[in-house]
Amino acid sequence: MKAPMTPPHAGRMRRLKALIVKESLQVVRDPSSILIAFVLPLILLFLFGYGVSLDARQIRLGVVLEDSSPEARRLAASFQATPFFDARTALDRHTLEADLISSRLRGIVVIPQDFTRSLYAPETTAQVQLITDGSETNTANYVANYAAGTLAAWMTQEASMRSRSAEPAAVLAPRFFYNPERDSRNSLVPGSLAIIMAIIGTLLTALVVAREWERGTMEALLATPLSALEIVIGKLVPYFVLGMTSMAVCTAVAFFLYGIPFRGSLAALIVISAAFLLTALGQGFLISTVTRNQFLASQAALVSAFLPAFILSGFIFEIASMPWLIRMLTRIIPARYFVTNLQTLFLAGDIWALFKPNLMILLAIAGVLFALTLKKTPSRLE
Amino acid sequence: MLTIHHMTKHFEGAPQPALDAIEAELHPGRITGLVGPDGAGKTTLMRIMAGLMVPSDGTVTYDALDVARDTQALHAVLGYMPQRFGLYEDLSVIENLRLYADLRNIRGAQRSRTFERLLAFTGLAPFQKRLARQLSGGMKQKLGLACALLKKPRLLLLDEPSVGVDPISRRELWRMVREMLDDDTTIVWSTAYLDEAEQCDDVLLLSEGRLLFGGQPAALTARMDGRVFQLLGVPEANRRQILTGALERPEIRDGVIQGAALRLVLTADLAQPPPESLGGGTGTRMVPVPPRFEDAFIDLLGGGPGGDSPLAREMPVRPDSDRPVVEARHLTKRFGAFTAVSDNSFAIRRGEIFGLLGPNGAGKSTTFKMMCGLLKPTAGESFVAGLHLARSAAQARARLGYMAQKFSLYGDLTVRQNLFFFSGAYGLQGKIQEKAVAAMVDVFDLHPFLAGSAAGLPLGYKQRLALACAVVHQPDVLFLDEPTSGVDPITRREFWNHINGLVGKGVTVLVTTHFMDEAEYCDRIGLIYRGRKIAEGSPDHLKADARTPARPDPTLEDAFIALIEQSEDREAVLT
Repeated sequence: MKAPMTPPHAGRMRRLKALIVKESLQVVRDPSSILIAFVLPLILLFLFGYGVSLDARQIRLGVVLEDSSPEARRLAASFQATPFFDARTALDRHTLEADLISSRLRGIVVIPQDFTRSLYAPETTAQVQLITDGSETNTANYVANYAAGTLAAWMTQEASMRSRSAEPAAVLAPRFFYNPERDSRNSLVPGSLAIIMAIIGTLLTALVVAREWERGTMEALLATPLSALEIVIGKLVPYFVLGMTSMAVCTAVAFFLYGIPFRGSLAALIVISAAFLLTALGQGFLISTVTRNQFLASQAALVSAFLPAFILSGFIFEIASMPWLIRMLTRIIPARYFVTNLQTLFLAGDIWALFKPNLMILLAIAGVLFALTLKKTPSRLE
Repeated sequence: MLTIHHMTKHFEGAPQPALDAIEAELHPGRITGLVGPDGAGKTTLMRIMAGLMVPSDGTVTYDALDVARDTQALHAVLGYMPQRFGLYEDLSVIENLRLYADLRNIRGAQRSRTFERLLAFTGLAPFQKRLARQLSGGMKQKLGLACALLKKPRLLLLDEPSVGVDPISRRELWRMVREMLDDDTTIVWSTAYLDEAEQCDDVLLLSEGRLLFGGQPAALTARMDGRVFQLLGVPEANRRQILTGALERPEIRDGVIQGAALRLVLTADLAQPPPESLGGGTGTRMVPVPPRFEDAFIDLLGGGPGGDSPLAREMPVRPDSDRPVVEARHLTKRFGAFTAVSDNSFAIRRGEIFGLLGPNGAGKSTTFKMMCGLLKPTAGESFVAGLHLARSAAQARARLGYMAQKFSLYGDLTVRQNLFFFSGAYGLQGKIQEKAVAAMVDVFDLHPFLAGSAAGLPLGYKQRLALACAVVHQPDVLFLDEPTSGVDPITRREFWNHINGLVGKGVTVLVTTHFMDEAEYCDRIGLIYRGRKIAEGSPDHLKADARTPARPDPTLEDAFIALIEQSEDREAVLT
């Protein structure tokens, strides 16, 4: 062969730069990338921020006063005073039962006729009945817990009223670290950032390789001196920048609009987000490379990114309460580590003892995904 | 030199190899045409030569390089233009060039010189900032070529570069490729247009994965010398019946309609039949004409399919009518600022074939959609069988059969389900539907495929099924959108046998095509260019208009080019 042989790495930087410029121009000119990177996250953040709340406030409760003593009235007043309940009283339980059945009430507390008598009689314990709607398990549990709490508070109060000298022997003084108001939004919004980044990171890249195949440009690229590694890196860089920008916008919204406290450092946030974004982008690349079809890739990306991130990340459902097998499965879900890291970062601060192992795992997962992508990126058409 | 030695390519799951024991040598300094219908194996062979696929057996070497193994070294000297040109639609002309220049490591003074030269060469210099998606088909094709030529390739592979582009761009592309050919460069040009084969220095003729012929095209056509004639003086009204009769005779190997005349190929070693015996009366005469590449191809395949159309036998004769059956009045369609169709009018009589001829993007399909009532015209009206498309679209559509581009069938349904679906959609049901479907199955020989999916049909049968679905309800009017582009010439002849037969029964046909050969079958043609109809008339009439002393016997393509140039001159005068 007469032509001078050029080593394969010659002009590698030039080729990479050319690919990055090309991909960036496509991002800027293709409204779908902008839509995925900026509009979709804001919509999701809005939904998660306002739509999802684990707090039960103002639960509608009926209180039946079969006993009308001052003690019973004080107990009813306690139920009305707590912010957890929106309580109304009645003298007869039958008037309220219909409302419970039709879900206008979430529970009924019955203070029976012999309440005051049992309260003061020795050897007997006063009983208060609680009726809840067991078909709504979560709500029923809240009602039961909050009702028990209200009752306990009332008893402490009664005791101190009766004997000023005899203080209770021990008092539970709860303190909730990191989220003293126990506002679930404070932990939900950082968690939802993880879900959002999982979706958009995967979706952004899921489409790009498939698009090259569908439009027939991959064939032209493969006939140039480009290597598979160059193709992957050339695509990764612009979408990484885009994903990080999107993360910055979402964090700003969480901080300024929702007023979520941010107790960590910006540097930690960047490192943590970057590591996670690599796994999401890697997942998208892999899907795109394997399917070679934009429609299929977008479906696969949504299902494989959203569902595990939402269900198995500990964002809503406690991982500790999952069966062993599922708990093991959550360990390979990158969003799990990102949720923990973000919640810690926002509510507690920089805790590198926690971040470091999580970061290592994220980088390992990203490494595996990119290795698979490289392996599946063909240097030929078959 | 590119050497293909005993090369076979077998795809997993395919019943027969895509390429079967190909043996060929491609020489530098020559343009080698890779010729054959769709599905013949052209693209697969291109990709193997480009190192993008690996042969199952045998070798392909370029000089000392084994293209399957030394891909990196091959790509350093390769220029490759895939189908659809490999352009980034979101990037401008110059951005596409810059991308491919960087990928091929072209820099410094050489880079700007190359850009300047290629932009001038392709005439794209004024459009550097335009996005590739906004370019016309011809301009895209030139940009694709420019990207492949950036680093002067020693091996240039062009995969169907001329498909669907207008004839002027096609000619320019040939001129450009000729111009860059030198003694060191090997060029391969693949095409489904058999007339392009004659422009190549060498030809590899592929059919169903087999190499039918390799060598100079003239060597192949020379075999047909003395066997090709034009039958002139045929009464125009029944030239189709005469062709049908002629094709049934053993002395006639092949025949097509060519304007008002018939073009006949004789069987070797059989005596030439006296012209008056062909049924055209005493005024007919046979004039020898030079053979074409296609004649030789058909001869290699064992001759044409005869002239009989069992489909036409099934069809009832349509009642006579003096009024036009299909009519367009001043049809105009604008999409925003872009005028896709501008003031298009034509009228088609009963039993007439009318062709809309023009390159991709000229406005044929838009006109077509307005004629079917699928698209509302911005201005103007259209009528089918006397029915106004805008007011009674559903009734009008029940009277017409529509065969869409690329045979839009339901690939996941079986052949039988497709037939039942389309006949049901046209309103057939019960016993009548069953009878109609059974007739189509008989006519088109679909029995062996009934339970298989339509996607798995061979291309020729897909086309048969598409026609069956379009005529199962015995329509008065048939709309055909690029009905035979890319199919092999035998299937194309079978198809036109059916159409000729239907027209004989009084069916009215509207055809769109960018295929000059297809246009020859039409009674009249409307030439569409950039949204406007620039000429209308019979093929002979249009050719006569383009006759000059320098070009005494122009082809339809010559006529088209001349008419485009005239219309552009007129426009230049007006503006």
